[in-house]
Amino acid sequence: MSTERQDVIVIGAGMSGLAAAIRLAQFDQRVLVLEQHALPGGLNSFYKRRGRRLDTGLHAMTNFARKGARDAPLTKILRQLRIGHDELALGEQGHSRITLAGLSVRFSNDIALLCAEIEREFPGERDAFARLLECVRSHDPFRPAASFVSARAQLVALGLGPELAEVLLLPILSYGSALEQDAEWNDFVILFRSLFLEGFARPEGGIKRLLDILVARLSERGGVLRRNSTVAAILSGPDGVRGVRLEDGTEIECTHVLSSAGRVETARLAGLPVRTEESGWVTLFEALWILKRPSRELGCMETVHFCCDEPRVPWREPEGRIEPSIGIFCASDNYATQEPPVEGMLRATAIANHDRWCEIDEEAYPIAKRAACDHLADMSARLGLDPRPHAIDSDSFTPRTIRRYTGHARGAVYGSPHKYRDGATPIPRLILIGNDQGLVGITGALLSGITMANLHLLHARAT
Amino acid sequence: MTREEIVEAIKDIIATIAPDEDLSNLKHDVRLRDQIALDSMDFLDIVMELRKRYGVQVPEEDYKELATMDGCVNYLYPQLSTKQLKVGV
Ligand SMILES: Cc1cc2nc3c(=O)[nH]c(=O)nc-3n(C[C@H](O)[C@H](O)[C@H](O)COP(=O)(O)OP(=O)(O)OC[C@H]3O[C@@H](n4cnc5c(N)ncnc54)[C@H](O)[C@@H]3O)c2cc1C
Repeated sequence: MSTERQDVIVIGAGMSGLAAAIRLAQFDQRVLVLEQHALPGGLNSFYKRRGRRLDTGLHAMTNFARKGARDAPLTKILRQLRIGHDELALGEQGHSRITLAGLSVRFSNDIALLCAEIEREFPGERDAFARLLECVRSHDPFRPAASFVSARAQLVALGLGPELAEVLLLPILSYGSALEQDAEWNDFVILFRSLFLEGFARPEGGIKRLLDILVARLSERGGVLRRNSTVAAILSGPDGVRGVRLEDGTEIECTHVLSSAGRVETARLAGLPVRTEESGWVTLFEALWILKRPSRELGCMETVHFCCDEPRVPWREPEGRIEPSIGIFCASDNYATQEPPVEGMLRATAIANHDRWCEIDEEAYPIAKRAACDHLADMSARLGLDPRPHAIDSDSFTPRTIRRYTGHARGAVYGSPHKYRDGATPIPRLILIGNDQGLVGITGALLSGITMANLHLLHARAT
Repeated sequence: MTREEIVEAIKDIIATIAPDEDLSNLKHDVRLRDQIALDSMDFLDIVMELRKRYGVQVPEEDYKELATMDGCVNYLYPQLSTKQLKVGV
């Protein structure tokens, strides 16, 4: 039997894996993407339920930029993947809101709204906020800091009062910090730009539109995506990686392996020592309700509403199954669309504790899910929309679901608190991409795949 | 390829990388980066496309030769004059 041979094997058809594979295929590498599931997307995929197509994750694509916008990360990503801006059919948010312990500010894709809202809610903080904006605009967040710089400390140093600092930290930590109680200053700056200076949008029709484009680009360039193919082991010799073995025993040889399975999971597959504390802790409980009418008609004007009942954002693994004081609510029909929505959709997210969800038995599990849904629905009711009386269908999932579907240890959604910025592992030519390498979120993961493919394979050859 | 065809070859590569840019009024003696938004990642893509389409190697120390369209044509002519133009690939 002859063994199959590829130049590069990519583990995982999530955002980072597909982006890396497109880059490599474009420049004539033989690339094979192995995905354990029938569908691509990983943490941001979709499924069918009672005739409706639902997104597993999508609240917002961050980093909105208009067509052709200079120096915008979105422009960079689209160019690198040769995707036209129009293909994505991005619809912008109306506005979003942050509510923290009685304080409330709105923001939109125009920073002027946030500035005005801060001036209204925090009249004394005008200069401090202007200093922060100046700093966020001029700082180069892609130059690694010599040592850890705390975002919380930096905000104090810039003279922001604790209340305003927490209001800004709530969405920023929620959309991308794998650290407890803080974010690295560079990551804060990147997230601040992605959320407040660039903003939120949604591809018309949801995440499937983006995934269809990525999968089509890959095959047009000659790359291959093999679904229902689980990598059971990464094979290596003294001089580095030499291939993978699938669950069914098939071995495939290659020169490079790019893995989006996560640092700990990749180490396990490669037979390296595993330290479980390196796996991430941020995991989520998510509830969603399909509403009879568009959410605006039901009085919900916000696209995303970040809510925290505590004056200091408790960004850490919760004691119980979910953190009761934080809720992130997204009316995913509140984006500009070409086709006006006929139904509404409210998604609600809570930070969760993976182990708490795993230790309960099969009988208690659905009861716990219902309790968490009700908690989030009550919180949403206090913000103005109780989804329950308007719901025609609902669903929810837990860290258990996330782990089962993505293979990420502990259902981690933002990867390890420690990032492996150069993607390197102890095994030559085995490279990490995705959440554990660098940036998180949809655009972060796309950028991770692109930069790692460039750094380790393409630019090394171009020169 | 003639010198005119080399211009076309370069424009076609830029158009694949940056489809949203208008290339109709490019001045040949002005830095490309001053006329269209090209960052260093885009620039490396131009170099990689040249290699992929025409087998041309541009060593890093010569990147500066490609700053303007005139520079590109002068630098690439010796290598491209014997090659066929490929557009829309
Ligand atoms: C509920 C939820 C909501 C979210 N909402 C948003 C949002 O609104 N906006 C946003 O920007 N981000 C959001 N995110 C985060 C975002 O989805 C992720 O940061 C991003 O998709 C990560 O992509 P990735 O490529 O790094 O990893 P993944 O998407 O996890 O990809 C890894 C892939 O590898 C596959 N795999 C793993 N092990 C193996 C193996 N051994 N063999 C074969 N295949 C394997 C997995 O099946 C998976 O497809 C959300 C995440 C969740 C869970």
